[in-house]
Amino acid sequence: MAVKGPVPEIPAPVWRSFKDLQEWEALHQTRPEGDKHSDLFVRLTEGIHNFPGGFVVTTVADAFLNWARKSSVWPVTFGLACCAIEMMATFASRFDVERLGMVPWASPRHADLMIVSGTVTIKMAPMLKRIYDQMPDPKWAVSMGSCANSGGPFRHGYHVVKGVDRVIPVDVYVPGCPPPPESLLNGLLLLQEQIAHFRRTGSRATPNPKVD
Amino acid sequence: MTPDEARTLIAERFSGSSVEGSVPLVVVVPVGAWVPFAQFAKETLGCRFFSFLTAVDWKDEGLEVVAKVDNADDRLSLLVKTRLGPGVSACPSLTPVYRGADWMERECFDMFGIRFEGHPDLRRILLSDDWEGHPLLKSYAVDTPYPPYR
Repeated sequence: MAVKGPVPEIPAPVWRSFKDLQEWEALHQTRPEGDKHSDLFVRLTEGIHNFPGGFVVTTVADAFLNWARKSSVWPVTFGLACCAIEMMATFASRFDVERLGMVPWASPRHADLMIVSGTVTIKMAPMLKRIYDQMPDPKWAVSMGSCANSGGPFRHGYHVVKGVDRVIPVDVYVPGCPPPPESLLNGLLLLQEQIAHFRRTGSRATPNPKVD
Repeated sequence: MTPDEARTLIAERFSGSSVEGSVPLVVVVPVGAWVPFAQFAKETLGCRFFSFLTAVDWKDEGLEVVAKVDNADDRLSLLVKTRLGPGVSACPSLTPVYRGADWMERECFDMFGIRFEGHPDLRRILLSDDWEGHPLLKSYAVDTPYPPYR
């Protein structure tokens, strides 16, 4: 026997109508001025590129340099909360990111990647920005876990930044609370794909173009 | 000292207070008896361990300050409460009696804006110095903007 009743008409969700996504569009950080290179490097590459037939050299060099970059991404060890435990597990022998060429390094000045693992409080945000600014260009950032992505369970608390992308530009968002090491590894592999396309189009790849 | 002995001692000495329960012994004292009661609890009842101090915001009824002190030798624990009254945010400080109350009262000032009179160094302890407002008060709105990060 079929039950007849008023069927509620639920409108299909329109992503643009979500307040949180509007906030994200308005407030997330980007790199307006791109990555800083040395003047000599820029002039040299521009010169070679504009020379007839020189684009072959620059594209091959780009491919080589990007291969080198993505094969030696050194993350700065920057643990903020419980996600840092999973990040340490990823760095340790069982999951071993060193086979991807990643050496966790305890200095931002030698690092290419910042894995923001955990809750970013308002009090911590200036320090995070300072450490990020100390890293040499080109640099990447991975936002790990719900708290760093959007504030997570503390989103409406009084003390938490609603997503680390309000402080620094983020390339890959890894969901999870906390993400297991497999998720973080997937995010790091996505990041390596992005780095492989780093300058071929003249700009960075869009964050997370591919989802599983 | 058993809870019953403590209860009779408190009833003799502080007639204006009410005592309930046994573990912990919940004592509600008026604000005027806040520091004398702490002195009494430390010296007479032997509660030398200051466990914690916090506050509750009862909106229109005002703030309530809660402290727990323990006598670890006799397994006696006291939960001491006092109502500050509506609109009042001043409370006498326990720091001269218990040294451990120092940071607890600073945190309480940080979160609830209670001014502890007689505290040697009352300033914010957890939030940054330029923070406006006291976030654990019920009147502190959710999602209060804090530029530039939210």
